[in-house]
Amino acid sequence: MRYSGFNVIKQALTGHKGWKPAWRDPEPQAHYDIIIIGGGGHGLATAHYLAKIYGQRKVAVIEKGWIGGGNVGRNTTIVRSNYLLDGNVPFYEFSLKLWEGLEQDLNYNAMVSQRGIMNLIHTDAQRDAFIRRGNAMMLHGADAELLSEQQIRAEYPFLNFNDARFPIKGGLAQRRGGTVRHDAVAWGYARSADSFGVDIIQNCEVTGFRIENGKCLGVETSKGFIGAGRVGCAVAGNSGRLMSMVGMRLPIESQVLQAFVSEGLKPVLPGVITFGAGHFYVSQSDKGGLVFGGDLDGYNSYAQRGNLPVVEDVCEGGMAVMPMIGRARLLRMWGGIMDMSMDGSPIIDRTPIEGLYFNGGWCYGGFKATPASGYVFAHLLAKDAPHPTATAFRLDRFQKGRMIDEKGVGNQPNLH
Amino acid sequence: MIINHPLLGPRDSAEFIYLGDASLIDRPDPEAENRDQAFYEYAYLRDNPAGEHRELWFHEGGDRSWLVVTRNTVTHEITEVEMARDVARTRGRST
Repeated sequence: MRYSGFNVIKQALTGHKGWKPAWRDPEPQAHYDIIIIGGGGHGLATAHYLAKIYGQRKVAVIEKGWIGGGNVGRNTTIVRSNYLLDGNVPFYEFSLKLWEGLEQDLNYNAMVSQRGIMNLIHTDAQRDAFIRRGNAMMLHGADAELLSEQQIRAEYPFLNFNDARFPIKGGLAQRRGGTVRHDAVAWGYARSADSFGVDIIQNCEVTGFRIENGKCLGVETSKGFIGAGRVGCAVAGNSGRLMSMVGMRLPIESQVLQAFVSEGLKPVLPGVITFGAGHFYVSQSDKGGLVFGGDLDGYNSYAQRGNLPVVEDVCEGGMAVMPMIGRARLLRMWGGIMDMSMDGSPIIDRTPIEGLYFNGGWCYGGFKATPASGYVFAHLLAKDAPHPTATAFRLDRFQKGRMIDEKGVGNQPNLH
Repeated sequence: MIINHPLLGPRDSAEFIYLGDASLIDRPDPEAENRDQAFYEYAYLRDNPAGEHRELWFHEGGDRSWLVVTRNTVTHEITEVEMARDVARTRGRST
């Protein structure tokens, strides 16, 4: 059923008896043309674009739990394309453009809100760096705007402008950035993919791959063997675990990142603020909670929960830049597992095994990339060639010295 | 997390800096035939296990020693803490 204002009124007048489940709950078939492992944002987006753009209909998404139960429901919902390097900006700008048309594409309200994102500047050197970044963004067709201290005072009068260590001297804004209701992204992609005939198979864990003569023939799962022409892995966070089943070691460490939400408040925060110097960023959800986060805990973890030192560090950052946050009470906090890659950038590529494709290494930037990641992974799976915006995200770039290291910190994943 | 330092006793993990997998102790031989491949694997590839993991922690806010901590990455439980220099020597490193 197509969602529309007319349908909402019609259902309201007929007792809401006509709503159907948004996707089916099928049993796996014996063979698919393409299987995607991982029913998160990226996997479901891949299925949607495979069906809609690349005309693939015999597609299945296999998920070990329930769809949207991993990082797509655990992030802080920010979308932006404010990157610096050539390998990254066109890709993330492509993603932001897809976000802008997402709700019409999916016929689903994902609450895409282009409320703007602002990175704070504290020093002359940082201003120079942000001007350079803004210029790089504009050269790739993204929007960027340098803000003076006065402009920020007008928009965010409650910030701590006179902090002794990090006084606010300006900011780099991207007005087209913002937030998206993250669960709705997973549900919207799932509903759309399902409407094209994609089978979304939940509670079906991959336990191994069937590989003969260097070619992947399908996956062993808790619901039995499922054959496939091609298999795509989109399980960021658990990439190391999954790919070890085929004996692959990855340039990735799994680490935990925490996020936090305060009790619901009246609207106080118009956009997204990032305070990089203090390891803190914050926005306000439509429900009213202040959603904020900071740095990684900094060690390997698959536990989906972090430890107290980072909680303290994030709250100190919040108090330093936005002292009024101290009057709000922390409601919840949680952890998600990140594929921290060795240069801070993702990998979308073939593997040495024929018919097996890999999408991962998203560090903590995976959510904003969801539509483009799905689009380019669908391209790779359908055509066996990288999409023009994702030619740099190769698995062998570490061996060839073609790293995409935005921060320039090298192979130390907990610093990216 | 509490790291039970072999010399100083139980210390808060916030005093430490994490480096990564303890296999970083085993630096490849720069004279070997396969050195390019060996250094690529050493520098970039990781086992990244879910479960027991031996890893290097630096006691920056303390005695500045390097430790090899055996920790479960699923539960965060620490089962063994050794001085990294002792581990390195038993693995044939001179320093």
